[in-house]
Formats: sequence, structure tokens, C-alpha cells
Amino acid sequence: MINLREVSETNDMISKENLDVRTITMGISLLDTIDSDINKLNENIYNKIYNSAKDLVATGDTISKYYGIPIVNKRISVTPIGLIGSSACHTIDDFVSIAKTLDRVAKDVGVNFIGGYSALVAKGMTPAEELLIRSIPKALSSTERVMSSVNVGSTKTGINMDAVRLMGDVIKETAELTKENDSLGCTKLVVLCNAPDDNPFMAGAFHGVTEADRIINVGVSGPGVVKMALEKVRGENFEVLCETIKKTAFKITRVGQLVAQEASRRLGVPFGIIDLSLAPTPAVGDSVADILCEIGLEHAGAPGTTAALALLNDQVKKGGVMASSYVGGLSGAFIPVSEDQGMIDAVEAGALTIEKLEAMTCVCSVGLDMIAIPGDTPNTSIAGIIADEMAIGMVNQKTTAVRVIPVIGKGVGENVEFGGLLGHAPIMSVNNFACDKFVNRGGRIPAPIHSFKN
Amino acid sequence: MSKTIITVVGKDTVGIIAKVCTYLADNSINIEDISQTIVQGFFNMMMIVDMSLCSKQFGDVADELAKMGDDIGVIIKCQKEEIFEKMHRV
Repeated sequence: MINLREVSETNDMISKENLDVRTITMGISLLDTIDSDINKLNENIYNKIYNSAKDLVATGDTISKYYGIPIVNKRISVTPIGLIGSSACHTIDDFVSIAKTLDRVAKDVGVNFIGGYSALVAKGMTPAEELLIRSIPKALSSTERVMSSVNVGSTKTGINMDAVRLMGDVIKETAELTKENDSLGCTKLVVLCNAPDDNPFMAGAFHGVTEADRIINVGVSGPGVVKMALEKVRGENFEVLCETIKKTAFKITRVGQLVAQEASRRLGVPFGIIDLSLAPTPAVGDSVADILCEIGLEHAGAPGTTAALALLNDQVKKGGVMASSYVGGLSGAFIPVSEDQGMIDAVEAGALTIEKLEAMTCVCSVGLDMIAIPGDTPNTSIAGIIADEMAIGMVNQKTTAVRVIPVIGKGVGENVEFGGLLGHAPIMSVNNFACDKFVNRGGRIPAPIHSFKN
Repeated sequence: MSKTIITVVGKDTVGIIAKVCTYLADNSINIEDISQTIVQGFFNMMMIVDMSLCSKQFGDVADELAKMGDDIGVIIKCQKEEIFEKMHRV
């Protein structure tokens, strides 16, 4: 029988330590909506998504009430539009019309984001996929809830450097088109290596072609819970530290598993995976950087940060995998800058640089995330940053990503405010030595030797 | 039918249990177990209840109890037992 102490522990996690289910994301395949007529395609897409997800938000709210746990976001991911629009889209505006359809249906079913305005071009781009990529700036500047991602590399295929170079331009153009709002468009665009097909977290969520027609994926969070648990073991050795993180991750993930199964049952949609990521928010006490400090660093970015993050990421996974039948997505610790008050503090204190963040991405669950950089950063330098991050992912067989925001009209030392969950950020300096001759070579970087496992 | 856990947390005052129990009785909700502690004037109570005979929707009961808590000056939560079972039992 459950006792008072256990009940109090759970409710303290929820009310005092920001434990929540970060997102229920419904993956929806759009393969059966494909048509060569753009108007018919848009109509099919709207109907498929609306009919699949019309009860998603209400169901999430009901589950939230049943268990007394906040379910912060209800979201949708769809099959990459680079595939879905390949027959019907002949111009940038054709693709943008699909983005607008996605935006409209997202609003009509009440989800806050819809992911999948995406192209998977790890080895090469079809003409349609290249067109989609070129349409991203216009699509993101004319919609609110659409999220875009481009997978430009993988351990198996190497890195598509033509796409990397193109993304340097696309990110900059997106920034230009949304400069009235501090280049907000770039917060909705991520470049990935080894992108998973079942990620529930934005901006990189899309519904992979390996997936079923519809699927429920759930992302749990809870950096504050881990932080509070670690406060109780200050000064203890690494074994105690790791055990504490593991046990806490287990408890957090079990809640996600419960919510996922319940959502799956109520919606009549199969359960896909739990993504057991520690995802920070700008709220006080909901920070991954604070965990690193609790582990023993003065600030995130201090010597020892990469090691501390490595053990955190690993223990989160170890605790989480036993708590759920199916773990997937990104799973680990996210280290976005603008969405994490502890990270922002570290940057402002001069403790954290892009170079150190890059090292941290070798051991965290994703990559360079929500980093504001000067608006005059050359396109080729942005491509260079992407290439570096993709190389880390390719060689280490992990997902990596780049979501940088070149804030037009602003420079190092200034601040940018995105609002809400996206937070605010000090603009960080970028190494200003050139890499244009490197990124302009064209072609692709071959897959690494350890990819040949057949 | 799964059990429901009702928790009451807040500053101790006269009649907290009476008010909650009256509401439960009025709505045919059976109390199966009660445990409580008071530490330094801070009231912490948990009830395990069976709502299978209650005619109201779960969400409505949760809202009404929360509202009653606001009136008394304590926090009353009404949650399905599974969230605690899942978290604390392997």
C-alpha cells in the first residue's frame, strides 16, 4: 500500500520541483495524403491531421487531471514534408502553402507546435527536398507553430556538405525575414545529424517513414527533481551521486510511461516511445546547468563540465531504460542556452563559450541548442559550426544538432528575448576566423570507417 | 476500479477532516484508509478512497475539493493511485 511519505514525495516533485510531462506528441504519417495536385494535397493533409489529433489536447488535459501532473505541451509531428510535397510542389510558394496548412490545423486542434517541415538529406537532396529547404525562411516567417528540421548527416552516410553549406544561407535568411522579432524564426529551425524517427521534442520532431500510421511519443522532464535529490547527497562520492541520479530518473520516467500508456489507450493510438530527456525551462529551479553546479561546478563551463555532463547523461539513461518498455527519441540531458537560466548565468559570468558547449555536445543528448550569435556572423561560419557539430555526431554515432540564432542588428554583449519557453539569451561570440574555402568545396564527407559494420 | 488518493496539506486548523469527510460522504465516496501527521503546526493528510459509487465525474470532484481547500486555506489534491504506484513500486 502506498504510504504518506511516498505520496508527499511525488507531490513535492510536482509542486515544488517542477516535475512535469513535457510533451505528448502524436506522430502522424502523411504518406497516404500524397497527391500531385497541391490544393488536393493541402486538403488531404489538413483532414488527416485534424481527424487524427482532434482529441489530443482534451485527452492530455484529462490525464493531467487524473494524476495531478502537468502535461505542458501537446504536439504533433508529421512525415517530412520534403517527401510528402515532392510530387505537388514545384515552387517555394507551393511548399509554403503546406506550411500554412500545418499552421492552420495546429491552431484548429489546439497544439502549440507541429514538427515535420523537414527534409532528410544526409547523403543527397532530391530537387523537391532542396526546394523545401530553400522555402524554410519564408515558411517560418509566415507561420507561428510550424517547426522545421533538416537532417544533413549520419554515421552511415557521412555528411552532405552541400546541404550544410545551404543551411548556412537558410538560417541567415530566416533570421533576416524575422528580424523584427529578434530573428525568432531561427528558434524553430534545427539542423541534425543522426536524427531519430521518433523524437517528441521540438524543433527536431518529425514522424519517420519507419513509423506506423500514428503513434504516441511522450517526453518527460524534471531537471529540478534531479537537482533537489542531489542536494541531499552533497559531498558524497561518485557512486552515491550516480545512484541518486539513476533512481530519480527512474521515478520521473515511470510517470511518463504511465501517461504515455494512458494517452495511447484513450486515443486508440499505439504507444511509441518515452523520451527521458532532462529538458530545462527558463523557470527558476528547472535547469540542467544547476544540476552541473550541484554536482560540484561553480558554473556550467568550468573545467570538469564535460565529465559532469557525461555522467549525468549516462545515469539518466540508465535509470530511465528500466522504467519504460520502449525508450527512444533523444533521451539524455538537453543543454539549450536560452531555455536554461543556469546556462544564461554561466554565459553572462564568462564561464561558458560556444567552444565549451561544443565539447559538451559530445556527451549530452543533442547539440548546440538555442544559442544567440551576432547577426553579422558570415553564412559560411554558420555552415562551419554546423559541419563541426555534424562531425561530432557522425563519428560518435549519436544525434547532434545545431539551433543557432544569428540575431540581426545585434552583437556580442547584447541580449535577446524570445519569450515563454524559449527564454532569453546573451549573444555569444563566434570565432571570427574564416572557413569559407572549407565549406565551399561542395560534395560530401564520406562515412567514417566504423560505420562499416555489415 | 482503481483507488484514488486525496491529500490535504497546509496549516492546521479546526475541522479540516470534518469538512473533507462530509463532502466525501455526500458524494458516496468511501474512505478506506486515513493517515496523517502534524509537524510544527503543518497538517499533512492522505486518504485512500473508493469513488466507484460516486456519480460525479472525477475531474469535477477534483475541482470541488481543490476549491474547498482554497476556502479552508489548505491544498487538497485528488489523484488516481497509479501515479504513486508507478513511481514507487518496481
